[in-house]
Amino acid sequence: MALKDYSDLNEYQLDALKEIGNIGSGNAATALSDMMERSVSINVPIIKVLDYETVVKNLGGPETLLVGILLSLRGDVQGMMMFLLNKEFAHNVLNALLGTDFCEMSNLDDMSQSAMLEVGNIMAASYVNAIASLTDLKIDISVPNMCFDMAGAIMSVPAIYYANISDKIILIEDEFGHMNRDMSSHILLIPEVESLQKIMESLGLGS
Amino acid sequence: MSNTIVVGISDLKIAQKGDILVTYALGSCVGICLYDPVSKIAGLSHIMLPTISDFSNSNMVREKFADTAIEILVQKMQSAGAMKARMRAKIAGGAQMFSNVSNLSLACIGERNVTAVKQELLRLRIPIVAEDTGKNYGRTVSFNSDEGIMNVKSVNKGDWAF
Repeated sequence: MALKDYSDLNEYQLDALKEIGNIGSGNAATALSDMMERSVSINVPIIKVLDYETVVKNLGGPETLLVGILLSLRGDVQGMMMFLLNKEFAHNVLNALLGTDFCEMSNLDDMSQSAMLEVGNIMAASYVNAIASLTDLKIDISVPNMCFDMAGAIMSVPAIYYANISDKIILIEDEFGHMNRDMSSHILLIPEVESLQKIMESLGLGS
Repeated sequence: MSNTIVVGISDLKIAQKGDILVTYALGSCVGICLYDPVSKIAGLSHIMLPTISDFSNSNMVREKFADTAIEILVQKMQSAGAMKARMRAKIAGGAQMFSNVSNLSLACIGERNVTAVKQELLRLRIPIVAEDTGKNYGRTVSFNSDEGIMNVKSVNKGDWAF
């Protein structure tokens, strides 16, 4: 049976996605940890099929300030990948990379901005490479884009993008942070329904 | 005491007797505030997409689209006692959150939303008296039914009253 909606996924398929999230985010966290030369911890991923308002609520409410880094996925798997970092964690990352002590998130200089984007780029590439080798699918990532704004406004971007498929979005969500503290940064992988089908088929879970 | 009524995404609500309508964190979505100054009835709609005609699935939520939601809001306000001829509109939102998303269906969605809202208001013959749209940041909009004032709050760029 072909998948038509995210809620069609069965238990085994959800488990497979969880494993994909696990491997992908493990790689992304290792990449981040290498860049920062600090340890980065990561929680077991959560797979959720949620409506937009619940997602935003889980992120701390619509007006929570976050750094959002967005990349689109192309090739065999289409969709989006989004990194949401809270202010403190983004600050720590920049601090570790550039050695600068102070940065105002709303007004980042060019250097800090490109450092932040590069973090998104490397983490996404590590994540996606892990999935690609696991599934034998070809996945390309776009140039990253970032903003620092309210969670609700950031999440409206995937919500609008997926509005033609469903009122709900599937999230493969991983929380990560520094040494078990401020674990409120997230990696979201949001695949399209057709791509989910492809992933499942490549793993032998197509039906 | 005035109450605050929260309007979610793809949702619309009306308020009167000094109550305040609020919708949080508009990104590319557009908030449409309608007001009848005589009956002091206010309405707020939070739309996500320009037109329902892009979608084949007919049981889509009509409150989600510029070209279907505003009419529903007008009807709701009318049945509460507002007059369409007296209505004035204030709109906010329609930002482009990420500067160069290289995906066609997402490109300029904020701008397309704003255009669709303006077209629909023109069709309904409701004049737009204030507007804070476009640019690249999120906005929280509140609208009071006492005076029909729209407050726009942003993270980095300050707050305004319209």
